[in-house]
Amino acid sequence: MRQKEAQQPACHVSYEAVVMGGSAGGFKAYAAILSALPTDFELPVLVVQHLHPGDDGSFARHLARVALHPVIEPCDKERIERRQVYVAPANYHMLVERNGTIALSLEGKVNWSRPSIDALFESAALAFGQRVIAVILSGASIDGAVGMRAIKAAGGLTIAQEPATAEYPVMPQAAIDTGAVDEVLSVEEIGRRLIELGARKSQIGV
Amino acid sequence: MKDSGTENIEIDLLLESVYRRYGYDFRSYARASIERRIRQFLADSGCASVSEMIPKILHDREFFSRLARYFSISVTEMFRDPSVYRAVREKVVPLLRTWPHFKVWHAGCATGEEVYSLAIVLQEEGVYARATIYATDFNDEVLERAREGIYETAKLQEATKNYQQAGGKGSFSEYYHARYDAAAMDGSLKERIVFSSHNLASDSVFGEMHLVFCRNVLIYFNRDLQNRALGLFTESLVHGGFLCLGAKEDLRFTEVSDRYEVVDLKARIYKKKEVP
Ligand SMILES: C[S@@+](CC[C@H](N)C(=O)[O-])C[C@H]1O[C@@H](n2cnc3c(N)ncnc32)[C@H](O)[C@@H]1O
Repeated sequence: MRQKEAQQPACHVSYEAVVMGGSAGGFKAYAAILSALPTDFELPVLVVQHLHPGDDGSFARHLARVALHPVIEPCDKERIERRQVYVAPANYHMLVERNGTIALSLEGKVNWSRPSIDALFESAALAFGQRVIAVILSGASIDGAVGMRAIKAAGGLTIAQEPATAEYPVMPQAAIDTGAVDEVLSVEEIGRRLIELGARKSQIGV
Repeated sequence: MKDSGTENIEIDLLLESVYRRYGYDFRSYARASIERRIRQFLADSGCASVSEMIPKILHDREFFSRLARYFSISVTEMFRDPSVYRAVREKVVPLLRTWPHFKVWHAGCATGEEVYSLAIVLQEEGVYARATIYATDFNDEVLERAREGIYETAKLQEATKNYQQAGGKGSFSEYYHARYDAAAMDGSLKERIVFSSHNLASDSVFGEMHLVFCRNVLIYFNRDLQNRALGLFTESLVHGGFLCLGAKEDLRFTEVSDRYEVVDLKARIYKKKEVP
């Protein structure tokens, strides 16, 4: 079954989720993308933003004001639903389980961060295989680069914000330097591309 | 990348080996996190694959201890989530007062910071003398540190703000005695605390409790094991007893949800219903 899937050309993949990572300058980029996704955009979006450990849900509340979908900080074991945006809470890693639920964890920091983008992306690669789109945005960190490689190796689609358009280019550039990034786009283009990719699901009706 | 399906089988076999050889049951732990830690250990172990680790686990106890350290996550702090302790003062203590003697179970107490935090709250509220606190963990190393109650002075100083936000009525520094870099918690706080080893995956109920604190432990369990642990808590709580979970742990997703009412959702404080 897996084998057969892997042989299909990528354009026939219908995606199950979008995972995104951002750090410094990330809010603006998220805002541009999430405000462009219409309410009939179905794919769940999982977001890791590097937060101050004391952040009390304020990042998620800010995103909720600009996004058209409901934005929540999930609890542990919450089921991932369509048309929802999930933001990792401060101080917890957010992972995806193979059974389609969210797992929060207090494991040690990764790249000096908890939540860590690598942690989310690596678990998403295992849980979704090729059926996931990973997006890496502005940041002054190298978090996410290892995760992008894992997504790519599992057959998923990887997108980086064009470093020249990012407030902090280090993070998307680090991901691009791994050679694992499929597409390098501005945030406006990322929004449009996600809509296009998300629509595949309904076309094929898988 | 290696086929993740095969590695999944290897991980099952590894966890099975650990369980049958050493009695520690990680088979029912939350999978994504356990897998991450096995992979991290794999990278540091010099083995080429998870299956290559299995004979070493079976024959080399020291190798297992190294793995066990990767499995153990015991981060904690004094007055973590200060608003929880404020809610305990305001919504739980008034009921604890109505019992001539009450018992508290701190399950998964790690190095003990939370236990001392609660002891301080109970002391300040004038009900500590009526309490017995059972502080348990399955990791004997952290339990020993909890028993000693010696922490880095700098960490305790950092916690002063938490203490105040938790509604602290005195000066936090009165509760510990600093000598250079290390500080010992005041002996009076330990008087009513009993530390003991208890494994939520395999041990049974722990007496009749009025308050169960189990914060940031259930997130490591899968749903079955969560339900087992919550079953233990529900069985041991008196009617009207309280259960306090971690900030991101929600009873909604569990089997016992209808046995409790919400006392404070944000603080994750629940009350066992009088009639089941
Ligand atoms: C992250 S710490 C939580 C510490 C503290 N309750 C807090 O929230 O700050 C998790 C603790 O759960 C303990 N634990 C994990 N599995 C357990 C089990 N099966 N039985 C008892 N304790 C367990 C670990 O040893 C660790 O000390």
